[in-house]
Amino acid sequence: MYELFTRLATTRTRAAAVLAAVFAIAFAAPAIFAGAAPAPTVDITKFAFAPKEITIAPGTKVVWTNHDEIPHTVTATDKAFDSKALDTSDRYEHTFSTEGDYAYFCSVHPFMTGIVHVRKQ
Amino acid sequence: MPGNKTVPWTIWSVEHLNRRQETAMDMNDKTSPLASDDTHDPNRRKALSCLAAWTGAAVVWTVAGGVPRALGATTDGKTTAAAKNALTFVQISDTHIGFKKDANPDVVGSLRRAIADIHALPQAPAFVVHTGDISHLSRPDEFGQARELFQELKVDRLHTVPGEHDTIDDGLTGYLKFFDHDGKGKGWYSFDQGGVHFIGLTNTLNFKMGTMTSLGDEQLAWLKSDLAHVSHSTPVVVLAHIPMWTVYAQWGWGTADADQALALLRPFGSVTVLNGHIHQVLQKVEGNVALHTAMSLAYPLPTPGQEGIGEPGPLKVPAGELGKRLGIRQLSVVRGRRELALVDQPLER
Repeated sequence: MYELFTRLATTRTRAAAVLAAVFAIAFAAPAIFAGAAPAPTVDITKFAFAPKEITIAPGTKVVWTNHDEIPHTVTATDKAFDSKALDTSDRYEHTFSTEGDYAYFCSVHPFMTGIVHVRKQ
Repeated sequence: MPGNKTVPWTIWSVEHLNRRQETAMDMNDKTSPLASDDTHDPNRRKALSCLAAWTGAAVVWTVAGGVPRALGATTDGKTTAAAKNALTFVQISDTHIGFKKDANPDVVGSLRRAIADIHALPQAPAFVVHTGDISHLSRPDEFGQARELFQELKVDRLHTVPGEHDTIDDGLTGYLKFFDHDGKGKGWYSFDQGGVHFIGLTNTLNFKMGTMTSLGDEQLAWLKSDLAHVSHSTPVVVLAHIPMWTVYAQWGWGTADADQALALLRPFGSVTVLNGHIHQVLQKVEGNVALHTAMSLAYPLPTPGQEGIGEPGPLKVPAGELGKRLGIRQLSVVRGRRELALVDQPLER
C-alpha cells in the first residue's frame, strides 16, 4: 500500500514535469522561431560595456546603446565589425551568424572591452 | 593631487625650468605635497601636478632667451607683457564644437570668450595653437563651424593637431579637409618661427584594445628625420593632443610610445611639450623636457582617479555654477626671477 502510494506520487511528479516542459515549449519556442524575442542588449555606460560578456546563438542580433555623454564605438579587435561614433542614445546593432568569440572595444577608449560568445544552444 | 574644492580660487607660483633649473610649484599652500623643496635633481622624474582652473582660458606662451614660458592667462588684459621682440603665442585646446550637453551647453560661447580674451592681450600673439578635440564627433558641420569661429581670431595663423574626437570615424580624412596644415595630407608637421622649431604630432590614430594610444612607427621615423636637421640649441615646442607621459593609464591618459619620441627630443636644450585631452592643467618636468597639459574650452573632467568618480566623463556642476568652474588663469613673470606667478580664479565669483 505504501509502495503503491509512492509510485503514484512519482507518476504524478513526472506528469507535472512533462506538463511543465510542454508548456515551456508551447510558449517559448514559437517566440524564438518567430523572432519575437527581444535582441540582447549591451549598455554603454560610464565608460564600460554592460554586460561585458554575453553568450548568444548564431543568427542573433545584438544591440548596443550609448548612454554616456561622450562618444564611444563598438569595434571588433579584428575590425570585422565597427560602429560609427555613437553619440548619446545612439544605437548600433550587429548580427552574429557564425559561432565564435568576438572580442571588441571602444576605439577611442581602448580600456573599454567586451566579448560576444556565439554558441549553438 | 591638490584639489581643494572649498577654495574658490587658488594662487600658485611656478618656478620655470631651464637646463639647469628644475621646475617647482611652490604652493602658497604649505600643506601641499608639491610645496616641498624637491628640485635639485634635474633628472628626477617628477610629476608636478597642479589642478588649476577648469576651462575657459587660453594660455599665453612666450619664448625669450630660448626657453618657452607660460606668460599669463587671458583675462581682462591683465597679462604681463612679454619681453620686447619675444615670440608670443597662445594655446587653446579641447573646444569640442558640437558638444551640447549639460556640462556646457554653450561651447561656442566659451570659445568666443577665449577669442575675445586673446584679442585683449597687451601683445598680439604671433599665432594660436589648438591641441586637439576641435570637434566633438568629427562631423563636417562641426569642423566647418569650428573653422568659421577660428577665422574670428585676429592672428596670422592657427596651428592645430587632431584629438581623438577629430579622428573617431574616418581617421584623419574628415579633419584634414578643414585643417590640413601643410597640404601634405598628414597629421604631423613642423615649422620654424622666431628661432623655435615647432612640431605637431598626431597620437589619436593608433588605439589598440587594452593599451594606451601611440604615435606609431611611421610618425616616429618622420620625427627622427625632422629633428636631424635641427641644432640641439634650438628650442623645440611639440604639440600633441593626448599627454606625452602617462598621467593615468586606467583612463588611457598617456601615449604608449611617448618614451621613444622623448628619447629623440632629449638631446635638445629646451623642449616644451604642449598637450590637451585631460581638460585640466598638469605638468611634468624631466631633464630639459617640460610637459604641460592645458585646460579645455568645453567642460571639466575629473582629476585622475578622482574619488567617487570611476570614469573620465564630463563633470556637471549645478545650474549657475558653471561660470564659477570656468576658470581664468593668469600667469605673470616675476621680474628678476625665473618664476611665474599663476593666478587661477573663476570667471564668476
